[in-house]
Amino acid sequence: MKSLSQKRRHPLAVVALLVMGLLLTGALYSVASSANKAKADTGFSAADVTAGQKLFVANCATCHGMGAQGSPAAPSLVGVGAAAVDFQVGTGRMPMAANGPQAEQKPAQFNDTQTRQLAAYVASLGAGPSLPDPAMTDGQGDATHGGELFRVNCAMCHNAAAAGGALTRGKFAPPLAGVTAQHIYEAMETGPQNMPVFSDANISPEGKRDIITYLQTIEKQGSPGGAELGGLGPVSEGLFMWVAGLGVIIAFTIWLTSRTS
Amino acid sequence: MSSTPTSYQPPTKVGRIAEFVDQRTGLSSVTREFGRKVFPDHWSFMFGEVALYSFVILLLSGTFLTFFFNPSMAETTYQGAYVPLRGMDMSVAYQSSLHISFEIRGGLFMRQLHHWAALLFVAAMSVHMLRVFFTGAFRKPREMNWVIGGVLLILGMAAGFTGYSLPDDLLSGNGLRIIDGVVMAIPVIGTWISMFLFGGEFPGTAIVGRLYVLHILLIPAMILGLVALHLIFVVVHKHTQYPGPGRNDRNVVGYPLGPVYAAKAGGFFFIVFGVLAAMAAAFTINPIWNYGPYDPSPVSAGTQPDWYIGWVDGALRLMPGVIGDIGGYRQHFEFMIFNQTLSLNILLPALVPAGIVFTVLFIYPWLERWITKDNREHHVLDRPRNAPTRTAIGMAGFTFYCVMWAAASSDLIATHFHVSLNDVTYWLRALFFVGPIIAFTVTKRIALGLQRKDREIALHGRETGRIVRLPHGEFIEVHAPVDEYKRYRLVAFESPLPLPAQPNAKGVVDRRERRRAKLSKWFFEDRVAPVSPAELEAAHAHGHHEAIESAPAGSGH
Repeated sequence: MKSLSQKRRHPLAVVALLVMGLLLTGALYSVASSANKAKADTGFSAADVTAGQKLFVANCATCHGMGAQGSPAAPSLVGVGAAAVDFQVGTGRMPMAANGPQAEQKPAQFNDTQTRQLAAYVASLGAGPSLPDPAMTDGQGDATHGGELFRVNCAMCHNAAAAGGALTRGKFAPPLAGVTAQHIYEAMETGPQNMPVFSDANISPEGKRDIITYLQTIEKQGSPGGAELGGLGPVSEGLFMWVAGLGVIIAFTIWLTSRTS
Repeated sequence: MSSTPTSYQPPTKVGRIAEFVDQRTGLSSVTREFGRKVFPDHWSFMFGEVALYSFVILLLSGTFLTFFFNPSMAETTYQGAYVPLRGMDMSVAYQSSLHISFEIRGGLFMRQLHHWAALLFVAAMSVHMLRVFFTGAFRKPREMNWVIGGVLLILGMAAGFTGYSLPDDLLSGNGLRIIDGVVMAIPVIGTWISMFLFGGEFPGTAIVGRLYVLHILLIPAMILGLVALHLIFVVVHKHTQYPGPGRNDRNVVGYPLGPVYAAKAGGFFFIVFGVLAAMAAAFTINPIWNYGPYDPSPVSAGTQPDWYIGWVDGALRLMPGVIGDIGGYRQHFEFMIFNQTLSLNILLPALVPAGIVFTVLFIYPWLERWITKDNREHHVLDRPRNAPTRTAIGMAGFTFYCVMWAAASSDLIATHFHVSLNDVTYWLRALFFVGPIIAFTVTKRIALGLQRKDREIALHGRETGRIVRLPHGEFIEVHAPVDEYKRYRLVAFESPLPLPAQPNAKGVVDRRERRRAKLSKWFFEDRVAPVSPAELEAAHAHGHHEAIESAPAGSGH
């Protein structure tokens, strides 16, 4: 130790100390923070994984490859996690019916058990986002905060009233009415199709819960002002006025100026 | 007025009251004069009335809203009835709009009534102007009233836009941001105007209060004044009428104002009110609670202005930001000139198409009068087919407008018809230039075709669809002659010939006159002559084509 203390005035001592300090902070942070941590799902049994592999080989491997390592037709699924599988397969987007600007939603091809088995298999390939904690999808969060997060993060594609919107070259953000809380959570976590990933560092699990709460609130409350005409804003309102409003008015003008001859 | 001391004593109480009022106001002579005013009857003449009634409804519902709206941009925290916004920081203006919607009894109904009435107001004005244009009702002596109508349309749009911006929700804030962008794109002075308008950096704390004053005071007062002037002109000029037997430029055929029209028009006010009230009660318009308070950071998908501003928004959407790759570099529509940014990508679409539409709209009556040298008064309208070039010009303008209008909803066209947003934009960009030309050609051909059909019917009667075989084996279709009243409509119109260049007072044909003659040729060269009495005579006497063709053709006047 004597030699070390003698070297304390060495020109590189500051650098060494800095490196040690940074390493220590980094290590402590990674221990303390669970954000951005990819974790392998542990909730699945080995039987789930085996059954899932069989389903995968029969239904998905044509494009995603035998070991889900990907092919020119489809990306690798190693590390996409159970959440991605549950969303894509659970909403019927996968298996994809046809190549297009983006995978379209359709009636789910697999039941809940099969979807879970597929998720178990893909989760076993590498660490990725796991299925959401049911406590985060219960819709008991803060709707006001969720609304604010929704307007700042989601409304530019999904529309302020969650009615959906257009993206470039045939891609689109779908309307969110009728989407289950779990699928919304998984979409935010995994960023399916053209959606960006909203990781836990970007929007915390509680924030996601608030967004889900907001969406459920506006869906449940209905439209306070009467029929909402698709919730699409001024275009549908203008169209309604020109077609229905002016149409009725014209019918009345014809009636008023008609003669019984 | 009736100051002569009469010994007349009305026998009834109502009569005595009427006599009392009349002796002091002279209303009976006004009623006598005004009540005998004759108005022709046609459904297409009622859109101006619809606009007027919508305006009255706007004043009534708007007054109700002013009782509760607070145009302040001071910050507050929402504690009202709408749960998904409770605890949210927002401006007092937005909070009071929510208060009107959720806590004031009938407030939401009144808000929706006001907004639906605003949409109908501008829509009725637009259809009214289309009717006036396509029937040629803007001709002498009504050119100035046409201009007043154009100004009213612009004021209606201004009233609508200032109102749209008041609730200070996300949608209206996005709209204001676009206006701010357009203002700032004005070279050199743009930034200063923006700062002046918003009282500092956008959005500031002044704009809602300023727009409020414009919306409830200045613009409605201007509209009211011009509406009064517009109506005075209608009385002075008398109403136009469609061509028909017994109708000419010196008379008006129709019902008197009192009692028939007074009852019809009065009743029609309540019909318009009723239709709007039914819409306000059953259909949501501008659900401000969905959009949340204005915050400059979020922009929602599906952000559009109300329909009447849509075409300007559409022009902005159509404008490409880059010219393309020229000389290996990407060329933009934004230039730096003397250290000033010239944003042509905003300036051109925001100002040029609207400038073209309104300039042509305002000068058109004078333009047509100059081309045709027609200085006569016109009180009998043209059927649109009988003025093919004018109708074609109108349809070209209408198409130009509609392409931009459609572009404002390009994103919804893309999602609802499952097409690519980019393709929608490319097609509309092409139609922006080609659409008016196609519309002009097609409309003109259709109008001429209809004229030929009219001619055919006037000469040979209506096709009955009854096929008869003659003894020698020939098949003919039996034509039923039209009655005289219907035939009058088919034959009584003007089809002027192109007017060649005329020498002026000095006996010189100047270049301006030659240009006019060229335009006159373009305007009138394609024509179908109305059936002349001689042709009709020939057709009726012989029923043979040869006879008609040998008869002298219609002279044109």
